[in-house]
Amino acid sequence: MGADAFGLMLGDPRLWSIVGLSLSISLSAVAVAALIGLPLGALLALTRFPGRNLAIVVLNALMGLPPVLVGLTIYLLLSRSGPLGAWGLLFTREAMIIAQAVLVTPIIAALTRQAVADLWEEYRDELTALHLGPMARAGALLWDARFRLVTAALAGFGRAAAEVGAVMIVGGNIDGFTRTMTTTIALETSKGDLPLAVALGLILMLVVLGVNGLVWVIARRGERNDGIIRSDPLRGA
Amino acid sequence: MRAPATDLPIRFDNVGFDIGGAPVLDQISFTLDGHGPTVLLGPNGAGKSTILRLAMSLAAPTRGRISWAARDAAQAERRAIVFQRPVMLRRSVAANLAFYLDRAQLNAPARAARIAQLLQQVGLADCARRPARQLSGGEQQRLALARALARDPEILFLDEPTASLDPAAAKSVEAILRDIAASGIKIVMATHDLGLARRLADDILFIARGRLVESAPARQFFEAPATEQGAQFLRGDLVL
Amino acid sequence: MSFRAAILTLALILAAASAARAQQPSILVASTTSTQDSGLFGHLLPLFKARTGIDVKVVAQGTGQALDTARRGDADVVFVHAKAQEEKFVAEGYGVERKPVMYNDFLLLGPASDPAGVAGVRDIVAAMKAIAAKKAPFVSRGDRSGTHLAELKLWSEAGLDVSASEPWYRAIGQGMGAALNTASAMQAYVLADRGTWLAWKRGGDLRPIVEGDRRLFNQYGIILVSPTKHPHVKRAEGQAFIDWLTGAEGQNAIAGYRIGGEPLFFPNAGTAN
Repeated sequence: MGADAFGLMLGDPRLWSIVGLSLSISLSAVAVAALIGLPLGALLALTRFPGRNLAIVVLNALMGLPPVLVGLTIYLLLSRSGPLGAWGLLFTREAMIIAQAVLVTPIIAALTRQAVADLWEEYRDELTALHLGPMARAGALLWDARFRLVTAALAGFGRAAAEVGAVMIVGGNIDGFTRTMTTTIALETSKGDLPLAVALGLILMLVVLGVNGLVWVIARRGERNDGIIRSDPLRGA
Repeated sequence: MRAPATDLPIRFDNVGFDIGGAPVLDQISFTLDGHGPTVLLGPNGAGKSTILRLAMSLAAPTRGRISWAARDAAQAERRAIVFQRPVMLRRSVAANLAFYLDRAQLNAPARAARIAQLLQQVGLADCARRPARQLSGGEQQRLALARALARDPEILFLDEPTASLDPAAAKSVEAILRDIAASGIKIVMATHDLGLARRLADDILFIARGRLVESAPARQFFEAPATEQGAQFLRGDLVL
Repeated sequence: MSFRAAILTLALILAAASAARAQQPSILVASTTSTQDSGLFGHLLPLFKARTGIDVKVVAQGTGQALDTARRGDADVVFVHAKAQEEKFVAEGYGVERKPVMYNDFLLLGPASDPAGVAGVRDIVAAMKAIAAKKAPFVSRGDRSGTHLAELKLWSEAGLDVSASEPWYRAIGQGMGAALNTASAMQAYVLADRGTWLAWKRGGDLRPIVEGDRRLFNQYGIILVSPTKHPHVKRAEGQAFIDWLTGAEGQNAIAGYRIGGEPLFFPNAGTAN
C-alpha cells in the first residue's frame, strides 16, 4: 500500500467524520462518567458505612470490566424486547455513550476515591478545625486533587477510545452513523480492505499517544503544585 | 445566624484524655480568659498539643468537662488554630486565604481587599499568586497565620509556631504574633522555646507528663518558679 | 491557561458537539454482512434518500442474527437471503409479508492447486463430496448466515454430516470477507456469494472452482417487521423502502450496481421467488 493511497485516505472526509464520531462519543462518555464517578469516589473516600471495604474492592475490580460483556448487558437492557426497550436506544449513539460511560465510571470513581482519601489524610486536621460541612469538605478535596482527577479522566478516555467490543454490540456499526475508528478497523480488516484500517489505526495510535503525553504534562504540573520541585542544579537534571 | 458573642473564658475542669487506654492528660484544670497571651510551656510529649486540640473542640475529653463562656460549645466559630506543620492547600497563596475567608461572605472586591490586607500583615504581599506549597517553611507558617486571622478569631491557638523555623523566620513570626496580641486577639500558644515564652507570655501554664504542674503569671514563673520541676525546666535540667 | 478556563472551554466544546441533531425520518434495516460488504447499500441508499428524504440505517449481521434482531423488534425491516427462514419468520407472525427483491449466486472458490480436483465440475454436490473424500481444507462461515445455511443444505444433499471436529473443515464464525481471507491464507475451499467475491480485494490466491449449478441460486427477500407484534415499528417509512426497492426505480438501481462492469445482483421482484 503506497504513500499515495495513504495520502488519499487522509483527505477523505469520511475518515475524519469517523474520527470525529469516535472522539465525541468517548468524550461524552467520560463527561458522564465524571459526573457520576467524582462524587461517588469522594463519597466512598469520606464516609463510613458497613460494607465499605467490600465496595472499594468491587469498584477496583470493575475497572477491568470486559467491554464485550458491558456491550452484551447494555444490549439486552436496551433491546426492544428488554426492560428498557421503550426508550428506543439500541443502535444509537446514545447507547454507545452509555456503554462507554459504564466502562469508564469505575476507573474515575476508583482513582478519585484514592486521590481524595490520600488528601483527606493530609488535610484532616485543617478541614476538621474549620468545621466544614460534608459538601464543602468534598468540594475542597476534589478541587485540590484536580490534577490527579484530570489524569484519571484521561485514563478513562484512553480506555473508551481504544475499545471496540461495547460500541460494536450496542451501536451496530451502522455506516455513517455509529461507526467508530475501532469498529471500522475491525470491519475493514475482516473485509481484507486494509488502507482505511491502517490509516485509522495510525490516527488512533496518535490519539493514544497524545492522551498519554497530556497525562505526563499534567502530572508534572501537578507535582509542581504539590510543591515537589524537580530541577536540582546539583544533579544536573 | 450570628456567631455567639464570645467563647471566653475557656474553663478546663479536671480534664483527662486517654489514647488507647493510656492517659495522655490527667486532672487538668485551668481557666483562660481574655487578657494577654497564655503560653503552654513544657517539654516534648508533655501533652500541650492535646490541650490545644481539646480547647479547639477537635476532640472530646475522656474525663472532666470543658466549657466555653459557660457553654458546651462544639462550634468553634470564634476560635482558630495554627498547627505545628501547617498544611497548605494545593492552590495559590491568595486562594488559600480565600478558602479560609469563605465564611465571611464578602463580595469579590471586599474579599480581594481583605486578602491583600492580610498578606500585607504577614509580609507575603508579593507572593499572592505563587503556589502555596512552593513557599519556604517560614513563609508557609506566616500564610498559616494569615489564614487563621482570616477567620476573624477571638482566640488564636498556636502549636509550636517556631519549632521548625530558622532564626530569621522565627523572628518574623514572633513579630507578627506580637502584633496580633496587641490587636486584642487572645493568643494561646504551646511551645518549648523558653526565649519565645519569656518575650511573649503574660501567663504560663507549665505542663509536664500530662499534668498541669504550675500555673502562674509569666514574670512570676520565670523569676521564681513555685515547683522543682518548673525550676529544673528553666535550667534545662528537666529529665523525664 | 488557568485550570478553570480550561474546564470551561472543554464544557463549551462538549455542549457544542452534542448540539441537537435534526430529527430526520429514518428506519433501521437488519441485513447481512455479505450484502453490506458488497457495497450495494452504499450505492442504493443515497438514491432512496434523495427520493424520499428517509435515512436508512443498516445493521449488518449474519442472516440468523438479523432475523433474531427483527424478532426482538430492534429493526423495522429485515432484508436477508434465506427463503425458508424468512417464510418461517412471517408464519410466526413477526413479519407482515415476504417479497423477493433480487438474486445472485454462490460459487465455490478454492486454491489454484485444487487438491480435490473439482475445478470446472458443474455439479456442486458432487464437488463437495469429492472435497470431503479428499479431506481437502474447507472454510465455513459457521455463523448461521444465509451463506452458511446454503452451504449446510448442500452438505446434507451430499449426504454428509460435517462437524467442527473434522480437522479439514474449519468453521470460523465470521463474515464473508473474513472467510475469504482465511480460505486464501489456508489454501482452502470456501463457498461465497458472488457479490462479496466481486467486491473482495483479492490479495490472495482464490479462484472460482464451481459455478452455475441451479442449487447455488441465492434469493434475497425483504420483510416489514410486524407492527402488530411491535407497535413502535415505523410502518410507513419501512413500507416506503420496501415499495421503492421492489419498484421500478429500486430494481433499476440494483441492476445498475456493477464492479468492473459486472453486475453483482439481478433484480427479480414480482416473480414467484
